[in-house]
Amino acid sequence: MLDDFLNQFLPSTVGGLVFGSIYALIALGYTMVYGVLRLINFAHSEIFMIGTFTSLVVITAIAPASPLTGIALFGVMLLIIVASAAISGGAAMLLEVVAYRPLRRKGATRLTALISAIGASLFLQELFALVIIPWLTGNAGRNQQSAPRIVDRDTVFTIGNAAVRTDHIIVVVAAVIMMIALDRVVNKTKIGRGIRATAQDPEAAVLMGVSIDNIVRVTFLLGGAMAGVAGALYLMEFENTVFNVGFVLGIKAFTAAVLGGIGNLRGALLGGIVLGLIENWGAIFLGSEWKDVIAFTVLVVVLMFRPTGILGESLQKARA
Amino acid sequence: MKGNGVTGNANPLRRVGALFDGARDWWERAKTWQRYLVYLGAIVFALILPAPWIGSFMSPGADWTTVLIYPIGTYILLAVGLNVVVGQAGLLDLGFVAFFAIGGYTLAYFATEHGWSYWPTVVFGIFLAAVSGVILGAPTLRLRGDYLAIVTLGFGEIIRITANNTDEIGGARGIPNIPHPTDMPSLGIEFGVLPAPYYYLMVIAIVLVIIFSVRLQKSRVGRAWAAIREDEDAAELMGVPTFKFKLLAFAIGAMIGGLAGGIYAGKAVFIEPNTFPFILSATILAAVVLGGAGNLPGVMLGAFVIAWLPERFREVDWLKHALGKDPAEYRILLFGGVLVLMMALRPEGLLPSRRRKAELHEGTGGMGTMGAEVAGPDTDVSTTEAAK
Repeated sequence: MLDDFLNQFLPSTVGGLVFGSIYALIALGYTMVYGVLRLINFAHSEIFMIGTFTSLVVITAIAPASPLTGIALFGVMLLIIVASAAISGGAAMLLEVVAYRPLRRKGATRLTALISAIGASLFLQELFALVIIPWLTGNAGRNQQSAPRIVDRDTVFTIGNAAVRTDHIIVVVAAVIMMIALDRVVNKTKIGRGIRATAQDPEAAVLMGVSIDNIVRVTFLLGGAMAGVAGALYLMEFENTVFNVGFVLGIKAFTAAVLGGIGNLRGALLGGIVLGLIENWGAIFLGSEWKDVIAFTVLVVVLMFRPTGILGESLQKARA
Repeated sequence: MKGNGVTGNANPLRRVGALFDGARDWWERAKTWQRYLVYLGAIVFALILPAPWIGSFMSPGADWTTVLIYPIGTYILLAVGLNVVVGQAGLLDLGFVAFFAIGGYTLAYFATEHGWSYWPTVVFGIFLAAVSGVILGAPTLRLRGDYLAIVTLGFGEIIRITANNTDEIGGARGIPNIPHPTDMPSLGIEFGVLPAPYYYLMVIAIVLVIIFSVRLQKSRVGRAWAAIREDEDAAELMGVPTFKFKLLAFAIGAMIGGLAGGIYAGKAVFIEPNTFPFILSATILAAVVLGGAGNLPGVMLGAFVIAWLPERFREVDWLKHALGKDPAEYRILLFGGVLVLMMALRPEGLLPSRRRKAELHEGTGGMGTMGAEVAGPDTDVSTTEAAK
């Protein structure tokens, strides 16, 4: 058992980092919306799903005969990331307008908003399964859709017995770049200041001339765009997607957000990576079919002992 | 203008709602003999419900009595159970299907592997469901409402995945040949292939659970739950041991879920992990919310509508042609859309209790544990004085 663990420790760590980066990107959307609206945007997982399908369509349209390298690879990656971020960001904004804004206007409770979010999530999944996926791909909507390979699985270097491949590096580097960019936007720009102000005290923010509607819109746009990037990276790495791909990933990303401290951008990064590593290491002992159980157990345990997460909840406290 | 943010298309729903509101007001003023007349009417109605002439309209394609057992009866039983947790205590549980699964699996496992007889095993399943409710609740019920929702969702998935991965209880293949309920020859009741005995069993279970639930609601426990739901901090300060009562709500809801699982498994003969997906939890929650959380007739109406409509739509020929698919395929899409619409137009549900409606219209709190401590962004800024 211990031999197994030592043997698989490094490869699992690499896999965990890759998964963790994707969790972290999705978690950013949960964390930002929660920070500003105190709402678990349950339909965020579907925004991620929309990102994977955007990438699928773009990659299928380009249809490279063989995996790409160099500038071509960079260009295509950039294209799917930008396209997915744009479509997912737009979808997130639309979601806010349809499912949440009427409730905000009426001063509804958070339960109402959460149920509306669950409704929107089911609606989007089924809309894709029944209408959009058959229309986009011509296949049955509930089947797994696979994408052509655009990145070769070349080993770039090895650490111990772990092979670090090109695609691993792309996922982790792209995720880190996006997170640094988002961190800059939230901390250094005027709109970021508005987001932080709204998270701290919405009424005071209104008095100071912040347009809440605008801030909420931008929050959803940024969170959605991050989920879109996660979708693009996921599709590149795993080369398939399905209409309910977001369900489990979404819950895990939410777990990651809670683990790091919901409302805290850096916490989302940390939580994502930690969750990815824990579930991959745990899978060595128990087998990979138990991965989801490990992740949910981590969520329960974290909430029991440290409900504010590792770094605390802090978009409100301006530390984000 | 309060509560009137959406006008125009809200009107039909509002009118239906007003009709229900009127019925509820009549009920509240009704004399005892009038109420007993209604109870009698309801029981007679339940007894003749499986009649073929009703079935020929309600379910022309499938056997009506079978449809009455699953999904309709099962959904109603589950919704009454979830209503204890969501409607009465105000705790959002997104993994209720876990208790349904525990009840079903307990019966399936002990009856097939160890030859236990039906009724003791069902009771044992109810007991196990209650225990698991306490085990889940003890660490998590101190959490804020929306965290609780996600943790319970995770729990539901843990149970399903565990069942899927454990060969001892059949793994992904499930458990076949679950025994039917024990026959009662002295009463001439035989549980075999015919659905009728199961229907009456279901009716008895639902009636018992309703009586239990109403008695609870009117007791000290029910008042404590209402206090927790409306303002948990205030309840705690007034000396209500909130944690204990929340745990009790969880355990009682779980027991009803376990009972439903036992009855379902005894009828279905075969269960597998995918009998208990997250979507079933969401569906039951939708039923509770659609009908009017906290109000039993509303909850039952909600469960009935949500269980029956997809079955009925399956049989509508022009719909089948227009969609080019089995209309039942669209049911989850419809649920989703209806949930969003419902929350925007009538968040208190079709048939809410007066008290619950007032809570929801108050705007803040309302769901006790949800956001009571945060007077933050959900106190809609655009309608406060600052924005005007």
